Amino acid sequence: MRSSRWQTFNPVWNQLQQLQEEMNRLFDRWSNGRLFSGAAGFPALNVWEEGDAVHVEAELPGLDLKDVEIYVSGGNQLTIKGERKPHLPEKGVWHRQERTFGSFHRSLTLPFPVDADKVEARLENGVLHIQLTKHESARPRKIVVKAG
Amino acid sequence: MANITHLPTKDRAEARAEATRGGVFFTPRVDIVETDTELTLFAEVPGVAPEDIDLRYEKGELVLHGRVQPRTERARMLLQEYEEGDFYRAFTISESIDAGRISAECKNGLLTVHLPKVEAVRPRQISVRSA
Repeated sequence: MRSSRWQTFNPVWNQLQQLQEEMNRLFDRWSNGRLFSGAAGFPALNVWEEGDAVHVEAELPGLDLKDVEIYVSGGNQLTIKGERKPHLPEKGVWHRQERTFGSFHRSLTLPFPVDADKVEARLENGVLHIQLTKHESARPRKIVVKAG
Repeated sequence: MANITHLPTKDRAEARAEATRGGVFFTPRVDIVETDTELTLFAEVPGVAPEDIDLRYEKGELVLHGRVQPRTERARMLLQEYEEGDFYRAFTISESIDAGRISAECKNGLLTVHLPKVEAVRPRQISVRSA
């Protein structure tokens, strides 16, 4: 932080600094000061494409696949629902409590339609992996050019 | 049941010693509960297989290092909301722990560590007989 002398003697500087602090707070709230944490909800998702396949990954430690519901609707809408149940020891003193519990719901609009019948999901070591296949209409098509 | 609306962002961790493999370290989220007989620690280490967890207890310090297997190359990312990397965290355990009986298990990316207290520090119920 700058010397407080500036703040008392220069009101313009003072205001600029206030503005900067406001902006910092705003960005902190949005991104927590980092590039990657701009998730629109819980869980955070990583999505990538590989040929005709689309992969979606989310970190859901402590969950079983039976605790998670996955839907594909409207051609390109993927929904992940579930609940993280708290583990409550009968008696005991909490020293730390950093994990979050409760139900979650996340929807994602994919950039192309997917085949609702070809969805595979697995949950391995707390990482949910969903593999979707692009709908036939979204796949690249080779156009045969005939010589005229 | 409350809804999880905010995203618990992953916090980067500083490893104690310089790592040979480049990459990012994250602080696993933990719950710690103390009962009469033990301290129980629950740590979230998504993407870490049980055999890739290095857990040490030495001189009152519990050190956890979970190695994430390098994932396959992803040709075209469409959305990236989180990073992947190893988990690292060290705890100073003040209570007297019976180091020989520490046990741990890992399931679905959730590590549970049992730190039993030494007999001497456990509270004891003294039964009072009527004279």
